[in-house]
Parts: sequence; structure tokens; C-alpha cells
Amino acid sequence: MAGIRAELRAGQRMQSRIRAKRKQEENFFDYSMLFIVLFLLGFGLVMIYSTSSYSAVMQHEGDSAYFLKKQAMATVIGLFAMIVVANIPYHFWERFATLAYIGSAALIPMVLVPGLKYSANGATRWIKVGPLTIQPAEVAKLGMIIFLASLVCRMGRGIRTTKGFFTVLCVPLPICLMIWKITNNLSSAIIVFGIAALMLFVSSPEYKKFIIMGASGIIGVVVLVILIKNISASEEMGFRFARILAWMDPEAYASGKGFQTLQALYAIGSGGILGKGLGQSRQKLGFLPEAQNDMIFSIICEELGLFGGIAVILMFLLLIWRFMVIANNASDLFGALLVVGVMGHVAIQVILNIAVVTNTIPNTGISLPFISYGGSAVLFLLIEIGLVLSVARGIRLKDM
Amino acid sequence: MSLKHKTYIRKKIVVTFFLCSTVFLLLCGRLVYLMVVRSEHYSEAARQLHERERKIKAARGRIIDSTGAVLADNRTVCTISVIHNQITDPEEVIKVLSSELGLSEEYVAKRVEKYSAIERIKSNVDKATGDKIREYDLDGVKVDEDYKRYYPYETLASKVLGFTGGDNQGIIGLEVIYEEYLKGKEGTILTVTDAKGVEIAEAGEERIEPENGNDLHISLDINIQSYATQLAMQAMETKQADSVSILVMNPQNGEILAMVNVPEFNLNEPYTLPEGTAEPASQEEKQNLLNRMWRNGCINDTYEPGSTFKIITAAAGLESGAVTVNDQFSCPGYVMVEDRRIRCHKISGHGAENFVQGTMNSCNPVFVTVGMRIGVDRYYDYFRQFGLLSKTGVDLPGEAGTIMHKKDNIGAVELATISFGQSFQITPIQLATTVSSIVNGGRRVTPHFGVKVVDSEGNLKETLQYGVRENIVSAETSETMRYILEQVVENGSGKNGYVEGYRIGGKTATSQTLPRGSGRYISSFLGFAPADNPQVLAVAIINNPQGVYYGGQIAAPIVRQLFENILPYLEGIDYNT
Repeated sequence: MAGIRAELRAGQRMQSRIRAKRKQEENFFDYSMLFIVLFLLGFGLVMIYSTSSYSAVMQHEGDSAYFLKKQAMATVIGLFAMIVVANIPYHFWERFATLAYIGSAALIPMVLVPGLKYSANGATRWIKVGPLTIQPAEVAKLGMIIFLASLVCRMGRGIRTTKGFFTVLCVPLPICLMIWKITNNLSSAIIVFGIAALMLFVSSPEYKKFIIMGASGIIGVVVLVILIKNISASEEMGFRFARILAWMDPEAYASGKGFQTLQALYAIGSGGILGKGLGQSRQKLGFLPEAQNDMIFSIICEELGLFGGIAVILMFLLLIWRFMVIANNASDLFGALLVVGVMGHVAIQVILNIAVVTNTIPNTGISLPFISYGGSAVLFLLIEIGLVLSVARGIRLKDM
Repeated sequence: MSLKHKTYIRKKIVVTFFLCSTVFLLLCGRLVYLMVVRSEHYSEAARQLHERERKIKAARGRIIDSTGAVLADNRTVCTISVIHNQITDPEEVIKVLSSELGLSEEYVAKRVEKYSAIERIKSNVDKATGDKIREYDLDGVKVDEDYKRYYPYETLASKVLGFTGGDNQGIIGLEVIYEEYLKGKEGTILTVTDAKGVEIAEAGEERIEPENGNDLHISLDINIQSYATQLAMQAMETKQADSVSILVMNPQNGEILAMVNVPEFNLNEPYTLPEGTAEPASQEEKQNLLNRMWRNGCINDTYEPGSTFKIITAAAGLESGAVTVNDQFSCPGYVMVEDRRIRCHKISGHGAENFVQGTMNSCNPVFVTVGMRIGVDRYYDYFRQFGLLSKTGVDLPGEAGTIMHKKDNIGAVELATISFGQSFQITPIQLATTVSSIVNGGRRVTPHFGVKVVDSEGNLKETLQYGVRENIVSAETSETMRYILEQVVENGSGKNGYVEGYRIGGKTATSQTLPRGSGRYISSFLGFAPADNPQVLAVAIINNPQGVYYGGQIAAPIVRQLFENILPYLEGIDYNT
């Protein structure tokens, strides 16, 4: 009797194991993407320690891990948030779409409210809630992704009309203007608009309009740059466009607007092909401002060389490739658009950040996703990754 | 509303991905450009930004005399500085530094508390004090060693040796002329610093060791120089003279054994004016006074040589055949040149005398006659041939040239005055060198101090060479001149220069300085020994003596006393070698 019962129990166990396996096979979990994200986070923490330990000792009573600890804390909170979000079916968020838009719009002016506002490095971009400081611009990026994904779904075929096209194009503008004017953060405004533009591009069957928009944008920028170059012969104009002029010739503005860029170029250029070795950067010793933040990529280049720099770019390319795969296999349009939004967010920020540190575009403060120091950035990025994982779980393996 | 039905969305997502990939690729290209093509440029710029260079001074070469005595040496001194960021116990640092260095606590505290990369507390601190401070082993206190020029004999040959300035560079004297040999090469310490200039200890330092300067060995003999200085001081005091110069050289090769110009000054305090000098009104005036104090009379100043110059006239006369030793002259106490009556120093006249006796008497009419016989053209040619129109080339800075009439302006009167050493000016070194050449057989030597250069390890680097011009005068003329000049000392006006047991040649001179009638005289005597084969030649010049001012009475005894002492000494050296 006992033998038979044991056999039965074993059989049951086997069956449940098979069932679990089948469930796993039915639903997809993107381990490769998760691995890439975890790798970038880990690498980011290593680089934050490397870049910030020297200045942390100077500024925070010898605590070389000051920045590392803060960032590690934010990362842990972020990972927790990511797991939670990944386990909530993403359609849950659809009903909060309008609230996300209004909420992020309402959050931005909060940076001006005394008691809530929190300033750092001379910029007022944060609000402080208890021990947490949150950058409303980061909230707005997530809010914009959710709101636009749901808006496009609701519009249905309306997206194909000119009216629909311009509606989607205009929706992010108030938020962008507020971020730009209230928090004085042009780069975040550009990113929010970029995310919206990319989502529009994907959801609209049009090409012509985008090509015209892109081409006219490029021509406009070129004309503007030439104009600025010519007018700024005069002193007063030169001051106004110093940032643009410093971009064109950082060495001529070495002590002013070109300083940070030039220091970044010194770091990148002196890294050479193989770099100085992890921890061996000289530029982080107070020469390069914001070394652990917006400029962290230049220290990566200095310490790990051209190979390190390209490896980081490749990791981001892999991540974006995973986003593409998930978006293309998402079970519905809402899921796909959420992933496209996150993809746009990460891609635009990586591109702009690397373009800034290599002085390919004029200097503007943009952090490198997952790697740069910054608590709310990493928190909201991980929430977005949670969303993507949630979308990925909705994919049935047989559909792939 | 499945995604399946909107295939264009899938396509657009793929397009987006490839757009991103393209931009990523472009950025990689940009990185390659910055990190490969421009790498050198930025690495260099970054290196310059990160590295600080600290100089390590090289020890300056020493100056060593012919006996091996070190006349110019280096002393190690310390510079004490503090580095704010490295100080752990500021109170202790302030206490130790203020007591050890004899500074007020407030003074030290101000510097210790100042937030700067490095703050100098005191420089030129004795090595002993520096070592003591180092033993405290205080964090943030730096003791850097440095070299400071040091002259052990202080005033000895001050105007010859010269001194060095703040960067250890020569200011006057041999220190200037041999700068290239003496100075050595500074080393550097390259350290890596952070943006505030704080050195990064882990980065280590790159050291380029300094190269010490070479030692200069000179012909000056400390014993002769010391004794000559004593004699000069004595003469200056007893005769209340403005200054006394004594020059001792080897007429055979031009090596200078002593060059005294009293009053000398203390080489270790070259910027201190002599005691009793009124505080100068301006910086400019002080500099003028200092320059006067540093002047080397034997080289930088010219004077009317007077009767010692008769040696040159005699040599020119003999060489040209204008006169022979047996020519007879008659001195009535004056000589008429055109409408001018030129007096002899003996108003009653020397009467009948031959050329040798005329020289022994230092008779002006004799030499005027000889000068006239030679004539302006020939005299001027000899002037040039003897090297009087060019500088001697002595290895000291600022040698003055001869102040001579233009040939076209020399009339009979000028020629007459030149013949007995007036109306033109030469330096003492010029006189000594020209007479050396006349008595040494006719070889114009270059007077010099520098003999050889030896590196800091003791290896000979260079034996210094000097030009010699042969046949200034014939050997016969030279021999005749030696004979005549010996007669001057044996039986003539120079008998006060006689040293028993030695054959001395010489000539006295007494010249009135310009303007005439001021009552200011320069008395001098030039002597050499042994008279038949001169090995040493000495000139003593007393500037503005009070009381008796005849060269034969006051300058000749100086050379006599000098020779009495140094001739046995020099012979002694000869026997040993």
C-alpha cells in the first residue's frame, strides 16, 4: 500500500512539474533583455564608484562609497518596482492613461512649491517627498509613453488622418514646454518630444510626412548654426550663443562653456584604444565636472578605451534589439506601443548622451540610461523595463 | 485589434531599430576618430593638465685654486613648506615650525591655515635645522633641499671669483665667464595631481636626476693671493689710498696667480654695501654703489700708466733700430717738442747718459727723443703689434679697452707724451700682459685664470687652451729689455724692488691723474723675476696715496715684499715637481 501511495505521489509531482514547464513554454519571459539590463546596472554601479569615489572622499567626509550607496539603494528600489510592474498585466495601466498625462503635467510646477522643491547643482528640477527626490521630467517620460500608447489605440484608424497625425504631434507639446520653461531642462523636453515623435512614426503608416519633417528639421538646424556662427561676431550675440560656439570650437571657450566638453574630450582622447585601466582615470580627479553623472561615458572611454566604449554602445544596441523583438511580437497594439515608447526613451537618451560627450552636438545635460548616477532616472527606467517585461510575458510562444 | 493586422507597424519598428543602429554606428565612428586619430593630441593636452613639474637644482661646479683649495663651494640649504591638505595636526605643526625656525606663531599659523596647494614657510634654512624638522615627521610639512653658493674665504679674490644670483647663475667674475661649465643641468620631478593641484601619491613620480656642474680649476694660488691681499691692505691703510691693486702672473704662459683689488667685498653678502656707507637714496643709487664695489680695477678700469710704459717705448725703439743700448743722450731737465717744453722729473737734468742709464733714471727727455726717432707711423704699428690696441682676452667679464688717440690726431706733442706713458689709458692687465710678452722672448700670451674643467666625478673634461702670438719682439730685443730692466732695479729708480739673492727686473711709475694739478697720483711698480728668465711678474698700483707718492718709494717695496715671500715659495713648488 505504502509503495503504491508513494508511486502515486511521485506521479503527481511529475505531472505538476510538466504542467509548470508547459506554462513556461506557453508564456515568454525575456531573460536576455533582463540580463542586459542587469549587466548595464552592475556595470553602471562599478563605474559610478570608479568615477565618484575620489570626489566623494573630498565632499563627504572620506566616504568613498557615498554616491555608490545612494545609487545602489535607488537600484534596489527600482528592481523591486520592476518586478512588481512586470507581474501586473500591462492593460491594467491603460485606464490610468489620462491620469498619467494630467499627473505628470501637474507634477512639473511642483518644483516651484516651497517645501517640496529640491535644488541641486544650481538647478531646480526635483521634488522631495520624504526621503525620496523625484524628477518630474522622469515621471513625464513614463506618463507620455502610457498616455500616447492608449491614445493611439483609442484613435484606431483615426491615426491615418491629418487631424489624428497632428493631434498626436501636439499632445506632448504642453508637457515639453513646461519641462523646458519651468524646470529649465531643455534636454528632457527634447526627449519627451522625441519619444512622442517616435511613437507617432511607428503608429502612422506615413513615411513622406516624416521624411519631410526630418529633412526640414535638419535643414533648419544647419541654417540656424550657420546664422549663429555669422551673427555671433558681435560680443553680445556671442554670449547668447556661447553654448553653440563652444560646441564648434571647445578649445576657444576652454574656460567657459567649452570647459566640460573639453575635459570630456581629454578623457576620451587620452583613453586610446585600450584605455588606462579600470579606476585609472585622471580626469575624474576633479578635472571633469559631473564625471559620475552626464559625463560618465567619457570616463568609461578613458579607463576602458575604445573597446570599452564600443562594448557599451553594443550593449545598448542589443537592448534596443530586444525591445524591437518584443514590440514586434506583442500580443496587441497597446503593448507594442508601450515597448516602442521605452525603446525610444532609451535609444534617444543613449544617442544624445554619447553625442554630447563626444562633442558631436552642443552640450546639454542628458544622462546615460542605467549607468549615470541619478536615483529617479534609474527608478523610472526600471519601471519602464518592468512594463516591457510585462508585455513580453503576454507573448504566447506559439506566436513567435 | 491585433497587431497582426497592422503589419506596417512591425515594419516601422524594424526601420526604427535600423535607424538607431545607424546612429550608433556613426557614434562609434566618432569614438574611433577621437580615440585613435586625435588620441595623441588629447593625451598630450591631458598630460599637461595633470602633471606638475618640480625642479631639482643641480649642484653648481666648484672653483678650485692651483693648490686644491675650494674657493667657491655649495652649501645645502632647506626650504620648509606646508601642504594644507596633508596636515593632520595643525597645532603641532605651528608649534614646531615657529620654535625651530624662530618665527612668530601667528606668522606660521597664517600659512598653515591658508588653503593652498603648497605654502612656503621659510627658505635658506640651515641643513641642520631642516634635518631636525624632518625628524619630527609631521604630516604635510615638506623639507626640500636646495644648493646655495658658498665662498669659504669670503672676501678673498672677490672681484675675480664673482658670485651667483637667486637662480644660482653667475653675476660677475669667473662665475659669469664659466657659467656654461659650472651651472650643471636641473633635474625634474614629474608628479600627477588632481584638479586642485594635490599630488596623487599612488600615481608615483617620474624623476629626471639633475646633472651637477663641472669644477673649474684656476691658476690663482690662494697663498699668493692671501699674501698680496695683506700687502695691499697694509699699503691702502698706511698710504690712506683709495684702492690698491696687485696683479701677479706667470709671464711665460699668462696664468694669473693673484689679482687683488682692495677694498674687496664679502662674496657671501654681495649686496651689503661697505660699512660706513650712507644709506643710498634710491634703488638706482644703491645699484650704482654696488656696481662700484664689484668693479675689478685690474680689468674694468683704465689709467695712465706713466713711466712703466717706457718699457714699451724702449722695446719699440730697440726693435725698430731707432735706438741702441749705447746711444748717448743728454738731459738738460727738459725737452722741447715743437713749442712745448716737456720737463723731466729731475729739474736739474740727468746730464749725459746712455740709453740704459736713461731708462734707469726714467728720464723723460730720453724717451721723448726715442719716440720722435721711431715716428708716429712706426710707433703706432708697434702699438698694434704689441697688442695694445686690442683687449687681452682675459677670462673675466667687462675688460676695458685701451683709450688711445686716433693715429691721425697724433702730433709731435702727443707722440712725446705717449712715449713716457701719458695722454692715453690702458688697463693694468694690459700693461702686465704686454710687458710679459716683451720680457718672455716676444710671445704675446693671453692672461687667464681658467686651467681645466673637471666633472663632478673627477674626470678631466677639458684643458682650457689660450692663444699665443709669437714674435711680438725679437728674442734679442727681449733679452736686451730684460737686461735694461734688471739694471733699473739693481742700480736705478727701482732699487726699492730689489730682493737679495734674486735677479729682479722692473720699472717704477708715478702718474698724475686727470685733471692735472689735482694732487692725485697713481703710483705703481712692475717687477718680474728671475730677470734672466722671468717666471713671475707682479704689478702693484696704489690709487691716490697720501704723503709720499713716488712709485719707486711706495709701490716698489710692495712688490719687493711680495717677491721676498713668493719667490722661495714658487721655487719650492718647482723643486717638488
